[in-house]
Amino acid sequence: MQGLRDCAPFVVIVIPFSAMFGMVATDAGLNILQVIAMSAIVIAGSAQFTALSLLQEGAPVFVVLLASLAVNMRMAMYSAALVPHLGAAPMRLRMLMAYVMVDQTFAVSVQTFDAKPDMPLGDKVSYYFGCVTVVCIPWYICTYLGAVLGQLIPQSLSPDFAVPVCFIAIFAPMLRSLPHIVAAGVSILSAVVFATLPWNFGLIVAAVLAMLAGAQVEFWQRRRSARSEVAK
Amino acid sequence: MTGVIDNGTFWLVTVLLGIGTYLIRFSFLGLLGGRQLPDWLLVHLRYVGVAVLPALVTPMILWPAAAAGQFDPLRMVAALAALVAGWRLGVIWAIVVGMGSLWLLQYALG
Repeated sequence: MQGLRDCAPFVVIVIPFSAMFGMVATDAGLNILQVIAMSAIVIAGSAQFTALSLLQEGAPVFVVLLASLAVNMRMAMYSAALVPHLGAAPMRLRMLMAYVMVDQTFAVSVQTFDAKPDMPLGDKVSYYFGCVTVVCIPWYICTYLGAVLGQLIPQSLSPDFAVPVCFIAIFAPMLRSLPHIVAAGVSILSAVVFATLPWNFGLIVAAVLAMLAGAQVEFWQRRRSARSEVAK
Repeated sequence: MTGVIDNGTFWLVTVLLGIGTYLIRFSFLGLLGGRQLPDWLLVHLRYVGVAVLPALVTPMILWPAAAAGQFDPLRMVAALAALVAGWRLGVIWAIVVGMGSLWLLQYALG
């Protein structure tokens, strides 16, 4: 129950976000079944938006998959971070946990588990699933509502603009440190420089360069703070 | 927007994306047990989000399909407004300010 309560504020994000996906996907010509299936099979908003916009541009399947999976690679970190807390749970439960692992459920659970290290495994498991219920059920329902109601939105309201706005809404709050800002800057510049590469390869090249840039800035910061430690 | 999405391609991408995403999520928790990722890899993974998404957005803002690929200053301004709102205030505000400012500009100047 605690997990349910702690995750409740995220409903405010999940509802418009999933409704937006439903709307944009319907606008792109997917039928209701396709929209719901994608939300249910993938449950990863940013990857779904990525796949959708690349599909619309007619990018080859492997480029669509590479770019969308790259967006989801952060979940490997979530998976690793949950091991010390939930790794002892039975395999069946862990399989289910993996399916519903999203940004919000991960962030809230790990924060709580770190704060209460002596929480028994059973409590951690039910806490995790409490978070999941509050985040994932509205996700399905509002995708559906967005898909149904989205068709009523007139073209004069530029519904196409919802796609870049959603992406901006995802990454803008991530710009919390210098390496993140540098990575985003390199990403934008490279996207322009490599825009003419065929098959949307510009996206992949830009993403790799930006990732390297972010990591290098972080390494540089570490070296600098190590040096100032020594100097003290 | 642009092209119609082929039904077969859609299901191929959705199913493979679903499987791939599931395997990423399951990876450590399920298969690799407690093994830790090497530090250099974790550092790179931390920037995946801010590396992929801005590169994806940039062409949509500079050459929007809805304006037949022509640069549209209104979309540019609205996108920058969304970026600042998202950075300072959070997800919801980015959406509200982004869509709101585009509508306002289109209404005022259109």
